[in-house]
Amino acid sequence: MTDAAGALERAYRDERAAVLAVITRRLDGDLAFAEDAVQDAFVAAAVEWDRRGVPDRPGAWLTVTAWRKALDRLRHDRVAAARAPDLVTPMSYDLDWEFERSSLDDDELRMLFTCCHPALAPEARMALTLRSVSGLTVPEIARAFLSSPEAMERRLTRARRKVTNARIPFRVPPDERLAERLAGVLRVVYLLYTEGHVATHGDAPVRGDLCVEAVRLARLLARLMPDAAEAHGLLALLALTDARRPARVDAGGALVSLESQDRSRWDAARVDEGVAALERALRFDGRGPYVIQAAIAALHSQAPRWEQTDWPQISALYAELARHDPSPVVAINRAIAVGFAEGPAAGLALLDALAGDARLDRYQPLAAARAELLARSGDADAAAAAYARAIALSQNPAERAALVRRRGEHGGSANG
Amino acid sequence: MQYLLMLHFRPGEGPQEGTPEFDAEMQRWHALNDEMREAGVMLGVSGLHVDATTTVCAPDGALTVTDGPYAETKEILFSFYLIDVEDLDAATAWAAKMPATEYGSVEIRPTTGLDLS
Repeated sequence: MTDAAGALERAYRDERAAVLAVITRRLDGDLAFAEDAVQDAFVAAAVEWDRRGVPDRPGAWLTVTAWRKALDRLRHDRVAAARAPDLVTPMSYDLDWEFERSSLDDDELRMLFTCCHPALAPEARMALTLRSVSGLTVPEIARAFLSSPEAMERRLTRARRKVTNARIPFRVPPDERLAERLAGVLRVVYLLYTEGHVATHGDAPVRGDLCVEAVRLARLLARLMPDAAEAHGLLALLALTDARRPARVDAGGALVSLESQDRSRWDAARVDEGVAALERALRFDGRGPYVIQAAIAALHSQAPRWEQTDWPQISALYAELARHDPSPVVAINRAIAVGFAEGPAAGLALLDALAGDARLDRYQPLAAARAELLARSGDADAAAAAYARAIALSQNPAERAALVRRRGEHGGSANG
Repeated sequence: MQYLLMLHFRPGEGPQEGTPEFDAEMQRWHALNDEMREAGVMLGVSGLHVDATTTVCAPDGALTVTDGPYAETKEILFSFYLIDVEDLDAATAWAAKMPATEYGSVEIRPTTGLDLS
C-alpha cells in the first residue's frame, strides 16, 4: 500500500466523522447534502494525495475541500441552492480549520442528537450513529446488522433524506427537552451494545465490533456531557459488562454464565474504567436506571468468586431499578437475585407474580429463570420440565447449548 | 420551513359533540389557535367535513367525478393546519399541544415548497 493510500484509509476511519460534523453544521443541518460533499472530498483526496503527497493535516485538508465541494455543488445544483438559499452568496471558500476544530466537540454532540432523533426509526438511529459519529464504513455496519451493504446504504440514504427533508435540527436540544432527548441517545448506544452482546440475529453469541463501538460512543458521551449522571452511568455499565466479554464465550463458542466464568479473564483495565465512571455518576443527586445497573455490575465485578457475590445489595438495587423500569427483564433479574439472597422460594414467588401476564407466556428469559430457581430448590421434575420449555423457546444456538448443559448439571433428563 | 399538520381521530373516541367535554375541548382549540396566530406560525387552518368528499380524475383523458372515498380506516382526517416554523422540533411542539393527540394523531408532513414567481 502506498503512503497516500494508507493515509487516506486512516483519515477515512479517524477524521471522517469530524469533517462530516463540521460540514453538516455549516450547511445548517442538511445531513444528506453534507454526506455528498464529504464523499466528494474523499474522492478528491484519493487523486490529489497520490499526486501531490499527503497534506500535513489531513483533517483540515478534507474539511476545507468538502466545504469547497459543497459550495461548488450549490452553485451548480439549483435544487440544492433552493434548499439553502442563504448559503450561496455570503459564504466564501475560506474556512478556518483552527476555529472549526475548537468547536468540534459541540458539532459531534449535535450530530449524536440528530442521528438519535426520535423522528427516525430505531434501526435507522443505530445505523446512522455508527456511520456519522463512529465513522464505520457501510459494509462494516451491514455486517454488524447482518444485512447487505446495498440494503444498509439504502437505509442510511433514507434516514439522511428524512433528516434533511423534515428538517430535523442539528443542535443540542434546549434544557426543557434535554433530559428526555439524552435518554433517547443513551438508549441508542445501549441498544447497540446489547445488539452486539446478545446477538439476536445469526449464530454468533457475541459480536465484539458492535460492543467496542458502543463503549466508544458511551465514552464520547460521558466526555461531551460531563454533567449528565446517566451518561457516566451508561459508560460504567457498558465498560463493566464489556470487561467480562473475554470470559463470556468458551473456546467452543458456547456462552458461559456469570457463575461459571473464569474471573481472571475479565479485563481489569475495563473494570477500572467502569468503576471510575460509576464513581463520577454517583457524585450527582438521584440515580437513573443506567447508574443503578452499573452499580449492580460493579458488585459482580468486585466479588472475587461467584460465592462471594453481595446478593442482598444486588436485590435491593434491582428493587430500586424496578421502580424506574417495570419491565419483565428487570423483574426476572430481581427474582433471580432475591433467589440467591433469600432462597429459591422467595425468587420463585416473585416469578409467579409475573406468570399471570399472558404476554410473557412464551418469554424465554422467564422460562430460563424459572428452571434455574426450580433446580436450586431441589424440585428436579419441575426443573426438568422448565428447562425443556426454556430450551424450546430459545432463538440463539449458543444460549440453547448453555441451557442444555445446565439441565445436565442439575441431573435433568437428556431428552426434550 | 412549512409543515402540513394532518389531524385524525378514531370514531367514537374523545369528547362527543353536545357534551360539556366537547365544549371544553373547543375552548382549548380556540386558545391554541390564538396562541399560534400570536406566534405568527399559522398559514392556514380548517376543519374538514368527513362525509362530503368528491374525487376528480381523468384516467384516459375522460374526466370523472365520483362520490368519496370515505375513510373506512380506523383514523379519519378531520382537520389540517399549515404552519411555518423553524424545524421539526418546533412543528412537533405545536402538534403536542393539540387535543387530537389524546384520541387520535397528528401527522406532520414537511412541504417541498413551490416556486410561484
